[in-house]
Amino acid sequence: MGSTGMGAAAIDIQGLGFAWTGNEPVLDIPSLTIRRGERVFLHGPSGSGKSTLLGIVGGVLVPRRGTVRLLGTDLGMLSSSTRDRFRADHVGFVFQMFNLLTYLSVVDNVTLATRFSARRRERAGNAGDEARRLLAALGLGNPALLGRPVSQLSIGQQQRVAAARALLGRPDVLIADEPTSSLDADARGSFLDLLMRECAAVDATLLFVSHDRALGPLFDREISLTDLNRARPDAEAT
Amino acid sequence: MSALPALAARSLWSRRVTAGLTVFAIAVSVTLLLGVQKIRSEARQSFTSTISGTDLVVGARSGPINLLLYSVFRIGDATSSVSWQTFELVSRHPDVSWTIPISLGDSHRGFRVMGTSQAYFEHYRYGARHPLEFTRGAAFDGIYEAVIGAEVAEGLGYALDDKVTIAHGLGEVSFAEHDEHPFRVAGILARTGTPVDRTVHVSLEAITAIHADWEGGMRRSHPHDHAADDAADLAPTRITAFLVGMKSPGAILQMQRALNEYRDEPLLAIMPGVTLQQLWELVGVADTALMIVAACVVLAGLLGMIAALLTSLNERRREMAILRSVGARPGHVFALLVLESGLLALVGVLAGFAITWSVLGLAAPVLERRFGLFMQLGLPGIYELAVAGAVVLAGLLAGLVPAWRGYRNSLADGLSIRL
Repeated sequence: MGSTGMGAAAIDIQGLGFAWTGNEPVLDIPSLTIRRGERVFLHGPSGSGKSTLLGIVGGVLVPRRGTVRLLGTDLGMLSSSTRDRFRADHVGFVFQMFNLLTYLSVVDNVTLATRFSARRRERAGNAGDEARRLLAALGLGNPALLGRPVSQLSIGQQQRVAAARALLGRPDVLIADEPTSSLDADARGSFLDLLMRECAAVDATLLFVSHDRALGPLFDREISLTDLNRARPDAEAT
Repeated sequence: MSALPALAARSLWSRRVTAGLTVFAIAVSVTLLLGVQKIRSEARQSFTSTISGTDLVVGARSGPINLLLYSVFRIGDATSSVSWQTFELVSRHPDVSWTIPISLGDSHRGFRVMGTSQAYFEHYRYGARHPLEFTRGAAFDGIYEAVIGAEVAEGLGYALDDKVTIAHGLGEVSFAEHDEHPFRVAGILARTGTPVDRTVHVSLEAITAIHADWEGGMRRSHPHDHAADDAADLAPTRITAFLVGMKSPGAILQMQRALNEYRDEPLLAIMPGVTLQQLWELVGVADTALMIVAACVVLAGLLGMIAALLTSLNERRREMAILRSVGARPGHVFALLVLESGLLALVGVLAGFAITWSVLGLAAPVLERRFGLFMQLGLPGIYELAVAGAVVLAGLLAGLVPAWRGYRNSLADGLSIRL
């Protein structure tokens, strides 16, 4: 399900409208298309609806109107559990913080998606080995480091583990929600480098969200949610 | 889906202090439930096996339970007695196989003294018709000889041929001990787990001899010459009660009716099995109350578990969001939480079994010595397995509450929860 030819849009949003329980619209996006393999930087102030948009693209939130096609599949046509399965198969997530389950080892955190997605499991091959390969590529090859409880890793290291998890099993789309905002400048630079390289290696589409516009030039394309979104919720200016 | 039990187990392990406390609360409640039932069934077993093979217990007219209590359990006192002539009349009856006279009312350092005859050692049966056995010595032969129960021997440190004194009246400390009447320990009985273990047995003549010096509760001014005691002088005139064994079961009811309608003396004849059953039903009320209390403790343990899981849910919203982001469906979150509570209940039950078995194992000697309860710690029976199953099932059901909350949270939060 959801397989598409090369060149097709990875993400295609048309006439999207979303509101939480109140009637105040949060998102009103006439059109947004992101090509396969494209690395897009989406910026906007806090409260502008960035995370909400990511929830919709990930199929966790359901828009009130409009269509969201992910890899050619209309998410609105899927049942909620099929949508969940679709997400598990095709989308990797990296969050701002608290990305890891503290009760799992580093490698188990990385292979977590293979527990829920047969496709990711298949594509990862030997999940443990693939996890270690990805971790090594992200600069976490030291076996002593892998043996530690995740809570003892630095924030930068934790974010790299989270990135490895999102990339395992070569998802088609990688969604990153402010993954660098808790990192210092040096760590931010090297993390972005690694993320870009690995996305390119697995030919993943990257949708990277941040309020830090300085990162924009590193990407193929910059999109301002403030410009894109006609709903204009109570956003704080940055 | 197969990944969930492992995730649940590891998530619980990461919260092992709170999870451990929850498990402990469940374990304690299961221990209580199992322990109460175990002791209850053993108590019932030991209670009903106090006397067997006796067809009728006969005493002065009072209540059946009262008669059973004082004649068999040595609890309380007889309000009246039975004449020796009546006893002899019944003994000679052609349908009667044997009779055992019982004369109570004295004590030795807190243990009841029972006057009886040789027939007692020959015909008294307990449990599955076990006869009384001697670990040392034999039945009394002379007047100043005593046969003591296992607990008496152990508790007072008596050995064969020791000299003991018998007090008039009951109670731990008696100021009126008959120092001049030393009794020789002629035999020590093997443990029975019945009141026999706590009894000092002497002949009926000995009972008369003890009281020969005492008339109306006052000591005679000229002490009785014991050298002159002989069986003729000391023949009993009244006894407390007697046990009857019939030649054929068919004659029991007839004899019972005859005794209850006996005109020369108001008598009461009871079938011990029937009265034991009545007595147990009386005790059973307390026993049921105990079971209800134990069940309430289990309920409290499960409520504690629900509270602990609900409290942890809020701080675990991020955990659920992460699981959702890697492909877990809300149903997975639901199943995870139900599994967690099921797992807590399961571990609690296993720990409860372990505690019950070790506590009963350790307490077995004490329970046996103090209460005559024989704890048989075999494999769990149907009741135990039913308790285990019920508690685990209840744990799973209890898990539905936090699971539903977690499910709703994860639907509402999606991936965007920020802590």
